[in-house]
Formats: sequence, structure tokens, C-alpha cells
Amino acid sequence: MQNFSALSLLRRAFGGHESWQPQWRTPEPKPEYDVVIIGAGGHGLGTAYYLAKEHGITNVAVIERGWLGGGNTGRNTTIIRSNYLFSESAALYDHSVKLWETLSQELNYNVMYSPRGVMMLAHTIHDIQVFKRHVHANRANGVDNEWLTPEQAKDFCPPLNISAKLRYPVLGASLQRRGGTARHDAVAWGFARAADAMGVDIIQNCPVTAIRRSATGEVEGVETERGTIRAKKIAVVAAGHTSVVMNMAGVRMPLESFPLQALVSEPVKPAFPCVVMSNTVHAYISQSDKGELVIGAGTDAYVSYSQRGGLHVAQHTLDAICELFPMFRRMRMLRNWGGIVDTTPDRSPIIAKTPVPGLYVNCGWGTGGFKATPGSANIFAHTIARDEPHRINAPFTIERFRDGVMIDEAAAAAVAH
Amino acid sequence: MSSLRTASGGRIDRTKTLRFYFDGRSHTGVQGDTLASALLANGEYLLGRSFKYHRPRGVVAAGSDEPNAIVNLTRDAARSTPNVRATTIELYEGLHAESQNRFPSLQVDIGAINDLLSPLLPAGFYYKTFKWPASWWQRVYEPLIRAAAGLGRAPTLPDPDRYVGRWAHADVLVVGAGPAGLSAALAAADAGVRVVLADEQSEFGGSLLSEPTEMQTWLAEAIATLAANPRVTLLPRTTAFGYFAHNMAGLAERVTDHLANPPPHLPRERLWQIRVKQVVLATGALERPLVFPNNDRPGIMLAGAARTYLNRYGVLPGKRIVVATATDSAYRAALDLRAAGADVAVIADLREAPGEIADEARAAGIAVRTATSVVGAGGLQHVAWAALAPVAGGAPEAVPCDALLMSGGWTPAVHLFSQSRGKLRFDADASAYLPDVSAEHERSAGACRGVFGLAEAQGDGAAAGASAASGKPYTPSAATPNGGGWLGLMPNAPAKKAFIDFQNDVTAKDIKLAVREGMRSIEHIKRYTTTGMATDQGKTSNMNTLGVASGALDATIPQIGHTTFRMPYTPVTFGGLAGFSRGDLFEPIRMTPIHPWAAEAGAVFEDVGQWKRAHYFPKRGEDLHAAVARECLAVRASVGMFDASTLGKIEVVGPDAAEFLNRMYVNAWTKLGVGRCRYGILCREDGFVRDDGVVGRIAQDRFHVTTTTGGAAGVLNMMEDYLQTEWPELDVWLTSTTEQWAVIAIQGPKARAVIAPLVEGLDISREKFPHMAVAECTFAGVPARLFRVSFSGELGFEVNVPADYGRAVWEAIYAAGRPHNIVPYGTETMHVLRAEKGFIIVGQDTDGTATPDDAGVGWAVAKSKRDFVGKRSLARAAMTGPSRKQLVGLLTADPKTVLEEGAQLVDDPHQAVPMTLLGHVTSSYYSATLGHSIALAMLVNGRARIGQTVHVPMPNGAIAVRVVKPVFYDPEGARLDG
Repeated sequence: MQNFSALSLLRRAFGGHESWQPQWRTPEPKPEYDVVIIGAGGHGLGTAYYLAKEHGITNVAVIERGWLGGGNTGRNTTIIRSNYLFSESAALYDHSVKLWETLSQELNYNVMYSPRGVMMLAHTIHDIQVFKRHVHANRANGVDNEWLTPEQAKDFCPPLNISAKLRYPVLGASLQRRGGTARHDAVAWGFARAADAMGVDIIQNCPVTAIRRSATGEVEGVETERGTIRAKKIAVVAAGHTSVVMNMAGVRMPLESFPLQALVSEPVKPAFPCVVMSNTVHAYISQSDKGELVIGAGTDAYVSYSQRGGLHVAQHTLDAICELFPMFRRMRMLRNWGGIVDTTPDRSPIIAKTPVPGLYVNCGWGTGGFKATPGSANIFAHTIARDEPHRINAPFTIERFRDGVMIDEAAAAAVAH
Repeated sequence: MSSLRTASGGRIDRTKTLRFYFDGRSHTGVQGDTLASALLANGEYLLGRSFKYHRPRGVVAAGSDEPNAIVNLTRDAARSTPNVRATTIELYEGLHAESQNRFPSLQVDIGAINDLLSPLLPAGFYYKTFKWPASWWQRVYEPLIRAAAGLGRAPTLPDPDRYVGRWAHADVLVVGAGPAGLSAALAAADAGVRVVLADEQSEFGGSLLSEPTEMQTWLAEAIATLAANPRVTLLPRTTAFGYFAHNMAGLAERVTDHLANPPPHLPRERLWQIRVKQVVLATGALERPLVFPNNDRPGIMLAGAARTYLNRYGVLPGKRIVVATATDSAYRAALDLRAAGADVAVIADLREAPGEIADEARAAGIAVRTATSVVGAGGLQHVAWAALAPVAGGAPEAVPCDALLMSGGWTPAVHLFSQSRGKLRFDADASAYLPDVSAEHERSAGACRGVFGLAEAQGDGAAAGASAASGKPYTPSAATPNGGGWLGLMPNAPAKKAFIDFQNDVTAKDIKLAVREGMRSIEHIKRYTTTGMATDQGKTSNMNTLGVASGALDATIPQIGHTTFRMPYTPVTFGGLAGFSRGDLFEPIRMTPIHPWAAEAGAVFEDVGQWKRAHYFPKRGEDLHAAVARECLAVRASVGMFDASTLGKIEVVGPDAAEFLNRMYVNAWTKLGVGRCRYGILCREDGFVRDDGVVGRIAQDRFHVTTTTGGAAGVLNMMEDYLQTEWPELDVWLTSTTEQWAVIAIQGPKARAVIAPLVEGLDISREKFPHMAVAECTFAGVPARLFRVSFSGELGFEVNVPADYGRAVWEAIYAAGRPHNIVPYGTETMHVLRAEKGFIIVGQDTDGTATPDDAGVGWAVAKSKRDFVGKRSLARAAMTGPSRKQLVGLLTADPKTVLEEGAQLVDDPHQAVPMTLLGHVTSSYYSATLGHSIALAMLVNGRARIGQTVHVPMPNGAIAVRVVKPVFYDPEGARLDG
């Protein structure tokens, strides 16, 4: 792997940058691998990386229907935080935040992790109760999260409108200072490059058409449009299409897939210092290093595999943004896009072994999987390598829905009374 | 600076002079100018600086495809708009514009040092560096990058302008009012259908506006015919920015941006959401720049744009002109300029054998060099020469000029077609992606599907318009390529500083670097280099990117594919998309009929869903706690009244109504007698409590169901979902009656005494109207449903009257209660009273993870029922047993300590982090009645822990609490009967 640094950039500048090598190879699939990972998003590529790095398993293929990082990894609003309510979730997401903190150095790829603070706004008494519950639980779990008055919230984010005349005035906020953003494409590319360097084959434009199982049930390999690939371990990390892929192995997943939209404004000079989220008025916003305001909209009400949502959903987000930040009303939407998010009944992920021997699945991240990328990949690699879950993902089984052991972050955040 | 305005011609009004300001300097233009044409006329070439290298930039295009000439437009302090294309700004008197992304000035910009450092700043350089030391990313590097990036400055004051929206239907929507679109609209209107014609420009005409005079009569007549037709809606200055599912289009109409003094009654923008039977896309084509070193110098512009500036605005792009082209159309510009008196030094045509038009040019005295490539340009802030070289090889020749016009051919504007999910195909003859398979009821006409030429476009548009009106299947005629064209880097030209995406400073060299580094998908190339991601969304750059990538990847363009076209076609104002939804209209404010009375009584309100609910009724000098203490004591001692109108109400009616409720709710309903009510619990499919409320049986086949305030709409949806999809055989119908009834709760030992004089036709004595009775009666002269229910533990009634009578009945009760010192109370007191009794609030004491048994209402579950929503889930292993959290009460040692809601519970407050958490405080109040604080909590295995002590870890130390039963007041229920 060519080293990336200011010095290497300078040295190669003299050669007109002609001597840079591909950041990853474009290999033909081999007939057999130790592990086949289906889905070359951040979670899948990261899984391959940690399999090679921490478990010495390098005979790995990551196969991808389209181009690597082209699904939700490259479509999300890049928010990173770990101030989740339940201890199981806090452990999972905080494991990830800790990996984010050194990921650029780890991968020799600047993923631009920017802990600029994630602030969540409370607009009702119910919000206050819920957010304070989070603050208390996070403190006991060692996760930073603090309660701010409206004035403190405005100090932290000067554009915020805290007028009492708002339809839903800001009554306070919770702030995780270690939360922030990162550069989404760089995460996929950085993991891809580092995994490739350790021998992992990343095979793009290779749709999987079937998962082969032996007479006794365990997995044997996958059929793809580019031929059969044998493997005794298959890991499915296919986000919005996980249920489709798992159906190929005869496993019905407790997932529903919805279109989720996001949009950016035209780029402007620094105008927004942090990340702000508001569940009550349905908006979240930050500003990218390029200067675009990055705004997340909601999911459509209906399941779909179409990577676009309804205009009214984007409108509802923008009216909320304009209420909270009325100076942005004259800004303009530059791009709007959609992704397909896979949601579980309790809105927490599944990172687990499956009823099929040799088949593993990592899915159900819903609207918030980006933040978990390194952590999820790290413990999923552990699960595959050891054929048993890591301590952190042990609760995130498929069977929890059968048994009723939910980790219901949505319920904990939502229900109004 | 010398004027480049022609003496005559164009669509401008030379008699109306307009004064305007650019970077503080005063200039004049004329009515009909754009800011760009007026600046060009004044000899101002340098209009902006690029994103990354801060290179000097001028006008490239004449429309919304402009990548370079973007400015900040300021009307006043609060009306500042960044990143506006000078080419689309209609000039008005007193206009103020400023260049962007430069310091200290446009002419002398420190950021231009980046241009010198550009060898260190190739595509993606930021992924390779700024990693050491790690802490510097956030402290040093990122702030530097952020400050350097961005273009204009975001406004800092709230925008005072108004934005509105319209929803419309039509038979045919025609997008684009050029020759094809006008012809389509005329043909569709002729067929008698309703037509909407939208065009982004201020005038209809499209490419006709850039033609010399011959077509102007037809244009004027076409517009007049359409304007006279009442079934036709004409929308100039309106961009169709989005094409959505089921033939829905989003259109942004700019209503007042072109006016010097917008009248206050007009909105700034109007968002149209139009659903139509058929769409005709007549969106034209965009000219491609040529890619060669320094092709971004001010003074280098598209040949078609130059023709527009000349024929539409009466402005010459320069006095000595070089034309570089790969197609015929640029000759038209050269000929028109020559006719207008400019010196056209040479036309350099990439092709060996251009068409007849080359002879026409030669005949006009213009030198034509065929098989000649433009391989460079000179000059710094203004082009000074063009380097021309034979394609076959040989030394380039520098030809002096002050304007270099280029044309790489025309790219059909397939954006909306592709947005609609139509499939494109690459046409090698046209060097373009063209519409192939439609996904919507839509057809493309004219240049946007590769049909070029005025007459051809008119004919194509007319056929498309007629077929759209009839709705019949339509097979368009074959496309007519425009002769020639070139994609990518010019032959023999170096890739360095040969710009593809002008605004984002992406060069041909960057594209090649991306490919070299393994970015083989066009999406990777786009994201790695940011090509096509600037505010022009790649209108001028996408095809050239493909051209360069094709060479670098050694793949054909169809093998590479294309990036996804996404809305919006051009950027759309946030305010326009938000529209009316602002301030009080952001979301509807729902108010009960009693709201005005409460407001007059000085109530403080809280938001609960969309409702405003009276939170408490402070008397002079009282804060929340004082008011609530007074209200609570009054209810317990005598009587209080509470506006419960926000509770959701659903009328469940039909022969199978009881069976339906049996299946929905955990309770049994069959045996509930008419005139009786019952507390119902609704679970989700997963067995957790979703909602609760009292359900009264009004008749054998009629139930009055109440829900929580926030849950009303969701519960009705859920019921309809089950009724329509799971149990369609049930003969039941559901009606939301939330807003039909005003509901007043009268609670307290004197409740019966207060209402007795108001009730007619019903004996409400203790014996005849016991707890959990319901009956219809006349109440204060109004038809009513009276419930004998209590959410306070006191003797209680809830009277439902038609909403219009709500306030009158409230006032009647208040008057009747005066002798008993009745107090109106709000939601906070309601919460305290119910907490004293241990009654749960769904959503506060439960959070979607509590079963009925967890919440202490397991008694409500009819275990013998065959099925109900959630029954199967409740049988799961983890839904019972000692791991469950259960509702308990908590008492602090110090009666004055009120726990914080949301605070956590642990066994050992000194354990290491992360702690083992046992639950949390769900409700916590100071009880004036009891003289001490009370709290409800969900606690692991809570009922078995009653009598034990647990701890609440707080930032400044833990609080020990005793676990008790969740009923603090009148556990025997003796007070229910007053």
C-alpha cells in the first residue's frame, strides 16, 4: 500500500502524480474464499478489514452488486454519536466512536472525523423527559451527554432560533460533544484500500443471484453473475436489500425497507458549527467541509426499494429547518437523493449468527448506521472469525424478536402522550 | 472600459437605462439585460473566482448552465442571496451584486496562491494528508479547509420575504417554451385540453430568443395564441425542477426577483406541484465547452452564449474573436458577429470536412481552419490569445484575440426524463445520451431528444403535443443529429489546467488521476474529483467527464454509464419549498373549544402533539409549583374542572363492534353492558402497550372509544389497518370524533353536587349512576354523553357535549361550581393527581417497552380470549419473569427532594462505569396533598423489591430511595364515591 502523507503528496507532485497506484485492485473472483462478504458498503468493507487485521483471515472476497460505497454509506448525512439510551446500544455505538477517533491514522486515509458536537433539541415537556433520561443513562454508562438550556444551546450553535414565539419553541437540548461527522466516501475507500492491501478481493459489479447450501444446511457458496464462488462462511451486509439476499438462503428477516431522503444546499462559507437534530420537528442539519448544508429528511410512510422519496417529505424537513434557522430560508437546495434503509421492529440492528450454519448477517441499521461503521465492522468480524458474537453484539440477535428481548431505541425516543 | 454594446438590435429596450452596482462600482445597463449581459456590455469580464484554485473567471454561458459567473445579490441586510448566476439575474434599477470567494478583492485575491500550489492539491489530496498530528484535524486543518471552501456567504438575518405554493392538475404539462415546447403547447391547446407551459426564462422562446429576426413573428403569434386560450396556463420564470412519481412535477416560479421594488402583496416565489395526465419535455440542449489548458480564462465562452449575447442583448463578446468548434452551430455565432461588425479572426474547426456552412463563413470573409484543435489559451484575467494546432500534429500558433468562442456540440437536457426514471441510451452519432424507454406518461420533443434545427423542432413539438392531448401511444420520428461534436480533452492538448468542471476546478488531469487511483465507476470518479457536483450540477461538464474517463479507462461511454440525474434541475430556494409552512402555519395549532376561556383565565399552555393544552392556571404571583399545589388541594378538598377535549375519540359502530374491540384491545368487551365503560389497553403487535383509554358502550352495536391525546390519529390508523387488511369480514365502521366532542372532567368530592342541577333525564345518584357508568342525557340544556370516570381518584364525571357547546357548558359548570369554590386545573395537576393514585400515562410511564403487566395493568388482559393484537408476542419467553421492569413507587428520605424524571436506578451507586442500570424514574412530583414528594418508576423485578432501597446516581451524589407500591393516596379507593 502506498503511504499517504503530505510528504508523499509533495514527492509525487514532482512526477505530476503519475506514480500513484490504484487504491484497490480490480480482481477477478477466485473459485473459493474463506469468507465471502456480500455488500461493499462501509460495514462490509470494514468487516473485511478487521477480519484481515485482527483475525488474520485474508482470503476474503467482498462482492458488490454495484460500486463500492454506493449504497447508504455514500448517501447518508454522516452524523456520528453514541448517546443512545439503552446500555446495549450505548456500548455498541461508543465502541464505534472510540474507533472513529483514530480511524484516519489506522487506515492511513483521512476520513475527516470531526467531533464538532451533536445537539438534539427538545421542544416539548415530553422531549425534556426523554432527553434527560438519556443524559442520566449515558452518564451512568460513561457516555458524554449533557443538558443545555435554550440559551446554552444558542451559545453552542449561534444560528439557532430560540424565540418563545416558535410554533414549537426550543425548551432545551442535549449535547454530545464527542459526536460529529465524517467524510462518508473516505470511510468506504479507506477500508477498501486497507483491506485490499492485506489481500482482500473487492469484486464490484457482481450481483449475487443465489446462496448455495449443502444437504445438511450449511452454506457452501454464492452464485453470482460472474460465476460460482465457494465459501464456508458468508456474511450478508446488504443494508436495504438484506432481506432480498437473505431470502436466497431461505432466511426470512424481520426487516422492512423504506426510502430515506437527504439533501444539501449550495456551498457557503462556514455558517453552521455543529450538528443539530430535532425529532419533534423532523430535521437534522450540519455543514460539510465543502460548505454545503447537509440536511436529513424523513422516511416515506410506505415500504419501497426506490431510491427516491416524496417531495412533501423533503418540504417538511425544510420548513422545520427554516423555522429553527430562519436565516437559511434564502439558501437553495442543490441536490436531493434517497437511500433504502432496512429497519427492524425495535429499530436496533442485527449483528449475528443466523439459523443457517456459516451464514452471518449485519443489518437493520435503519436511519443511523453510518455512525456505527467501524464498531459494527469490528465486532462483526469477530463474530465471523470466532463463530460466536463479540460481547458487544451478543444482545443484537435475530432471535430477540422471537423471544421478546428488544432493544427499543425508537420507543424510548418517540411516543408522544 | 470600452462599451461592447451594439448600436441596435436585440430584445432590450435601450431607452430604459438602469443603474446597478457590482462590487460597489456603479454601472449602467438597459431594460432587458441580465446582470451578465450588462457587465459584459461594460467590458467587465472578470466576475468571480473558482472554488479551489481561486482562478479568475468570467461568463461562460448565457443561462442556468453558467458555472462561473456566480455572485451574491443583496437587496437589503436581510435579503442577501449567495451563489446566484449572473446570467439568470434580470437587471433592475439599483441592483447590488458582489463577487464571491475572494479576498481582499476580485482583482487581487490572496486565495489565488492555491493556483500556484495546485501541484500539491490534485483531486482527493485531502484524503492523503492532514492526518498528523491527529488532534490537528479538528483544531487546525479542518477550520482552514472550511474557511477556504464554500463560495458565497450565508445570509445572517431572517428572510422577511413570503413564499407560497399552488397545487394544480392539468391534462398536459409542457416544460420548455422553445420552438418545440411552444409547438407542443399549441398543438395540445388546439385539441382542447388544459395545458400548462412553463419555462425557466423571463421570456418564452428558448433558442428563438437568440436568433436574429426571422422567427420573431412566429414566436409573437404563438405566445399570443396561447395567452388568449383560457385553458392554457403560462408560467414564465418557472423552473420545472423535479419530476416525481405518477406524473407529478415540481415547479419553482420566481415572482418578484426581477422587480426593483417588489409590491408587498406578491410573494417572492411560488412553488407549483402539478399532477398531469401527460408531460411533454421540451427542455432543449446545452452546449459543451471544449477542454484545453486555460480554457477557463475570462473571455472564453460558449459560441451559442455569444450568439445569445449578441442577438438577444446587443452585446459583443469582444472585438477580435477566435472561434473553436467541433460542430456547425458555432459558425452561426461567427457569421452573426461578423455581420455585427466584429473581427472574427479565425474559425478553428476540429473536423476535417465541415458542412456547407464553412463555405458560407469563408464567403463572409472569415478564415476557416479545418482539422484544427485549440490546445491552449493565454492571458491572465482576460484571454489574450488562443493556441491553435493542427490535429495531425505540429507546433501550435498563438492567435491574438479578446474573445474565444467554443463549441463542443450539444448535450440534450435529459435531466427531467432521467429523474422520471426513464432509461437513457447512448447515441454514438449524436455523442449524447438520449431518452429511450419512458417510465411515466411523458414524451420528449426537440433538442432534448436529439432533434435539432428550428423547423424539425417545431414539427417534433407539434406531434408530441397532439399525441399528449389525445393520450394515444406515440412513436417519435428519428432524431436528427446536429453534425459533429467532441467529448473530452482536445486532441494534442495537455490535460493540465484543462478544466472540465469550471466551478469545482476539476481538470482532465484530475479525472485521469482518479482513474489511475482505481476509481473506475463514474460515480467514484465524480465523488473523488467532485466533477459535476458544483452548483451547476455538471450541466456543462458531465459529458466531457465521460469523454476523458472513456479514454483513461479504455472503455466506451455506454460501458461507463452515467451518474444519476437528481432533482432539482437548478437549485431551489428553501423558503420556496417550505412555502406557507411557517410560523403558526408550520404545523396546525389545534385548540379546544374551551381554549379561549382558558387563555382569558391566564392559563399557561403546553404543546402536546399539535394541541395547545392548558398546563396550569396561575393566579397572580404564582409559579408552576404554587399553582399546581393549590389546584391539587382544591380538587381533593372540593372540586375541580379540567378540559379533556384533546383526548382522542373514535366511534366504533356496527354489528361486529364488540368483536372488533375484542381483537384490538387486550380487554374483553363482549360482556360489557350497555351503559357501562371500561379502561382499555391497546398493545402493538409486539405486545407492548401502545395506548389506553376508557371505552363506553353506548348501545349494543356502538362504542365510544377514547385514546390518549397524542395517540388519536395513530390509533385510528392502526384500527383501520387491521379492519381493512386483517379482518375485512367484520361489519364495523370507525369514525374519528375527537373534534366533535368537547370533554370536561369534573373531579372532586363535590363533583356530583356541582353537576346535579345541570343534568336532565338521568339519575346520577351513587346507586343509579355508579363508577364506570355511561349514559346519554341533557347537560346544561345540551345533548351529552356523561361518563362516571375518575383519573384523580376522586368522585368524577366526564361530560361530552357537541364541540360548539363546549365553552357554554364549561361556563355553566364553572358557574354551578362557584359555591363550591371550583377550580379549573391544567395538565400538570391532572398528572400529579393521577400519579398520587398510581395511574399511568402511556408514553411517560410506559415507553413502548412495557407490557400491560409491566405497567401494573395486567389485570386488564383477558387471558381467555382466543386472540388480540399482541397476544402472541406476550407469550414470548422474555415477556415475563424477573428480568421485566415493573411499575413501582419511590419515596425519598427527605420529603422535599423531588427526583428528576429520567433519572436512573441502580443497586450500588459506587459501582464502576458502565453501571448496571435497573430502571428509571418515569414520573416525579411534589404532592401537596401528601406533604411529600412522590415518584413512579419502572424498575427491574420491581414488585419483588417493594420495601427495598435503590439508588439514583446524580452528578453530585446518589439519592437513596425506598421502593413502594405505586399507589400513594387512598389505596382502598374509598374516595371514588365522594
